[in-house]
Formats: sequence, C-alpha cells, structure tokens
Amino acid sequence: MQNTLVRESENDRILEGERELIAEILAGNHERYYELIAPIERRVYYTAYAILRTEADAEEVSQEAILKAFRGLRTFRGEAKFSSWLLSIVGNEARMRLRRRREVSLELLKSPDNEGEYTPIELAEWREIPIEALAQKELAARLEEALAALPEIYREVLILRDIDELNIAETSAALEITVPAVKTRLLRARLMVRDYFVSRSWARHTGLRKAQP
Amino acid sequence: MITLSCEEVRREISNYLDDDMSPRMRRLLEVHLEQCRKCAVLLDSTHNVLVLLADEHRFELPAGFSLRMRHMLAKEFEKAKS
Repeated sequence: MQNTLVRESENDRILEGERELIAEILAGNHERYYELIAPIERRVYYTAYAILRTEADAEEVSQEAILKAFRGLRTFRGEAKFSSWLLSIVGNEARMRLRRRREVSLELLKSPDNEGEYTPIELAEWREIPIEALAQKELAARLEEALAALPEIYREVLILRDIDELNIAETSAALEITVPAVKTRLLRARLMVRDYFVSRSWARHTGLRKAQP
Repeated sequence: MITLSCEEVRREISNYLDDDMSPRMRRLLEVHLEQCRKCAVLLDSTHNVLVLLADEHRFELPAGFSLRMRHMLAKEFEKAKS
C-alpha cells in the first residue's frame, strides 16, 4: 500500500496535468476534451447506471452530464479532481431523471439508514467464497443476482464504491448524501451482499485468505 | 487495556477494509480479530465478496458508447466554433 505522501504528490501531479489540459480546452482546443473524458467514461456511465438501472437512460444521462461539464468548464474550480466534479454532475442528473420518472420506489422508503444494527449471518467454520468452484459465467450471474437483491440505496452505494471504485467523498458527492451516510450505507450494503453469498448453498468452503486493508 | 466488543468490531468492518480509521482503533480491532474467530471469519468473507465484485470485468460499457459520445461532442464543438 502506498503511503500518504506518495499519494498526495501523485494527486498534485494529476491536478496539475488536468489544469493544463483544461486551460488548453478553454483556449479553443476543444478536441482535447476527449482526453479529459476518456479515462473516466466508464465510471461516468456506471454512476448513472447505479442510480437509473437502465442502459438507455444511463447512456443518455452520461452524455448530458459530459456535455454539461464541457459547457460549464469555465466554472470548474481546479481544487478537486475533474472526475469528482463530473461524477457529481452525473449523480445530480441521474437523480433528477429518476425523480421525473417517479421511480423512487417504495422499497427505498422502506429502507432508511437508521433501522438499527444489521446483524450478519454467523458462520461456525472457516469458509470462503469458492471462486474456483464457480464457472465465470455462473459467478457473473450470481453477482448480478446479489446486487439485484439489495435495496436501491444500498445497491447504488455499493456499485459506486466497490465496482466503480469511487472514493468515499466522490460517492458522497455523486449521491448527494453526507460522508457518514455513505459509510453507514456502505457497511450495511457490504454485509448484506456478503450474507447473500454465504447463505447460498453454492457458496461453500475452500481455504481462507486473510483480509488486508 | 480497553477491548472492543464483537458488535463494535462489526460496525468498523467497512472502515477497516477501506483503511479508514485511526491507528489506535486499528490496533484495537486487530487485537480483537486475533482472539475472535467469529469476527475474523466475518471480515474475511466480506473482504472476499468485495474482491469478487471489484474483479468482475463484466461491467463493460455498452457497445459503441464511446463512439456515440464522441459524435455528440463533435457536434457541440462545431457549434462552439461558429
């Protein structure tokens, strides 16, 4: 694991590179906007998809947000990463569309953050999710199944954080919820998806690997 | 020495996996994990499921996504020029 200093200087380097690129784009070299977008388009799409859950809507919202970011590039303050800024725009746009669609499901209302402690399933013996035992195709299906089984508010936080690999602050911005709320939901989401796996008969033991932070 | 309960450990599992806690809390948690099989199993199995999720490359962009995005932007750039 990298130490904090290395991470910070790397971060500075990225910010510096972005600032230069943005200055060029603003000076009229528009084509270079592609370079700004290319490394994060996958995350843009999955941020929208995490919230909207349909491919067509997710793509439309991604395009709208990318366009909006281009048009508003002059207002971007280079203090944070461009990706954080764009992803928060995507999150906003996606949630606005969701509201318009009136798809805020009852499921969502029924699963507030504060419904008390979540108690994960207890295991008596060492067990691991048997990666080798499942064919890749089956594994993909199981993962999809596990994600689909989560209530909306937990699914979106899990997708953004653990699949899109947004950090906590970016996830918080994309979902317009506080950092503590992200952490609370994330804990619950992770335990729930883990339970989904361990409670299934196809998830039987083989060996054990130590978790490293 | 202060020790953590299983419940407290459970609450911190997500933060532990994100390496998002004070060194002091980390030490307390690790002391607990060494002694409590139940919590160690919980941590490892949660970690493993997350590794599966993150490793999964099936989360691809829809075919043609980048191309359509570029077309859309190209039109915008045209407009911006005129």
